[in-house]
Amino acid sequence: MSASVAAIPAGAPSGVGNLSGGVRSRARAGSGGRLAPWLFLSPFLACFALFTLYPLVQSVVLSMQTTFGPGATKFVGLSNFRGLMHDPLFWIALKNTAVYTLGSLLIQLPIALGLALVLETPGLRGRGWIRLLLFSPSMVGVVFAAMMFALIFEKQTGLANQGLHSLLSPLGIDWSLDFGWLQQHVMSALILASLWMYVGFNMTFFSAALQNVRKDLIEAAVVDGAGPLRRFWTVTIPAIRPVAGFVVLMSVIGSFQLFELPFIMFNNTGGPDNRALTIVLYLFQNGFETGDLGYASAIGWALAVILVVCAAFQRLTARGEEAAA
Amino acid sequence: MSLRVSRLFAWIWTRGILLIAGIITLIPFFWLLASSFKSNEEFFRSTFLPVEGGRIVWERLTTDPFKRLFQELNFSNSLTNSVFLSSVTGVVATLCCAMGGYSLAKFRFKGRGFCTALVLAAVLIPAPLIIAPTYQLLYRMDLLDSFAGLILPALAPAFGVFLFRQAIVSGVPNDLLEAARIDGAGEWRTFVTVVLPLVRPMIGTFLMVTFLAMWNNFIAPQVVLQDPSKFPLSVAVAELRRGYYNDYGLQMAGTIVSILPVMALFLVMQKDFVSGLTSGAVKA
Repeated sequence: MSASVAAIPAGAPSGVGNLSGGVRSRARAGSGGRLAPWLFLSPFLACFALFTLYPLVQSVVLSMQTTFGPGATKFVGLSNFRGLMHDPLFWIALKNTAVYTLGSLLIQLPIALGLALVLETPGLRGRGWIRLLLFSPSMVGVVFAAMMFALIFEKQTGLANQGLHSLLSPLGIDWSLDFGWLQQHVMSALILASLWMYVGFNMTFFSAALQNVRKDLIEAAVVDGAGPLRRFWTVTIPAIRPVAGFVVLMSVIGSFQLFELPFIMFNNTGGPDNRALTIVLYLFQNGFETGDLGYASAIGWALAVILVVCAAFQRLTARGEEAAA
Repeated sequence: MSLRVSRLFAWIWTRGILLIAGIITLIPFFWLLASSFKSNEEFFRSTFLPVEGGRIVWERLTTDPFKRLFQELNFSNSLTNSVFLSSVTGVVATLCCAMGGYSLAKFRFKGRGFCTALVLAAVLIPAPLIIAPTYQLLYRMDLLDSFAGLILPALAPAFGVFLFRQAIVSGVPNDLLEAARIDGAGEWRTFVTVVLPLVRPMIGTFLMVTFLAMWNNFIAPQVVLQDPSKFPLSVAVAELRRGYYNDYGLQMAGTIVSILPVMALFLVMQKDFVSGLTSGAVKA
């Protein structure tokens, strides 16, 4: 969900931090009484308080309990967190998730940026349709994409092996139809599947950013005799840096919450030798298969801390760049 | 190399890259579609369409997987559940967020700053963190295994309030609200007849986002629902992989049925986005 949701800010009218509503709206408040703004807010506030704020507070309480299903709880203090530190499965999950995240970032984002650069070539026809096509996989739910890729990565019958086999054999390379994507090359399979799902999504952000690169700066660079590569490094990259930072952060947050893809592809397990076990998958196993909502909440907090650190890091580096500029 | 030749190379190079990217995007869709019309035997025989002697043999394809899906497995029930859950959530969540956003954008009242900060902070809460406590809450409210237990927690996405606040701040002039007030329109009437039409593109976008989020949601229905007759498509399709592990056509047909409505909606809304955005710009 986080992915499809994050699509919006780019298209939304800008003006962040511009709290409007001046003198005139003060008059409005008078006309409708003091109650009107609260009445408009109330449906949101009610749902939000009950289903976001309360669970947030409760997750702190739960993380200090051991539960046997949702009804039976026992206070255990901080031992969930201590257990987590010494839980080899948690560390495996953390490592897998980090590898997946790094893999996605390092492979996916350069390709997305490259595609955006190609897409924004002047004089290209049908740009809108191409963008629509490349964006479309991100509309497919992860569950459904996972169903598809589970069969794509099968031995013998899968599209991946058959495609590679028929593409590479004319080049004299014999790609085995028994290549075990789901057996040995688990992480590659996950990263490739997510590449298909999100590369066009990320490209859309880069291409929006590229449209806002000032033409006069590029022309000035041309006049100064800068070649295409130099123009790219000195004009384009600095100009799209804020959007790039946003895309990176979004990808990190999304990648760290990977769940459905391995869960479906590996039939509700963490894959062979837990090689596809991710943090949220481990959270799910503990909370809803073992029935320990307390330990699951502790895992949830570990995840939250990691994400907050990533967000803070992104904030700091962005600020550092602003100061340098 | 002359300028013309290097331009030609650039032309071929860029189009080639886009062509390859387009093909890689489309092939899994196409493979999925072709496989959903195959018996298991055919699935092992051909990669895409069954070809013999350079011609496509359409007779070897079958609608059998779809028939079984709807006749034996009652997939129409899951389809109805998905449509119901996603539509209700989409409409109500959009309304809640538009109202909240309007309040934060156009009224001055004590607590507005606090509520705005709350909304901004809430965007940062990772969803998995509150899965377990929400499950416990639904258990205590006796809402497990019910549609309400799925819909209610999805009605107040904080980022939606934020987006509508932004859209209303920049898209709804205060003069218009004044004029409506002078004409004697009440608060609700002003909201429905003045504010909502002005942020129509945002309404369309957000409807689509919330609809999709519920349609594609897997973890919540998987956790909350027990009764198979209540399963939406996401859970029903995952069940196919568990129960019919070796029935490839069936799994692919279920996936197609789940993806097609969303793809159709996406195509339709895409046009609406463009016209909505342009007409909104002209009006404002």
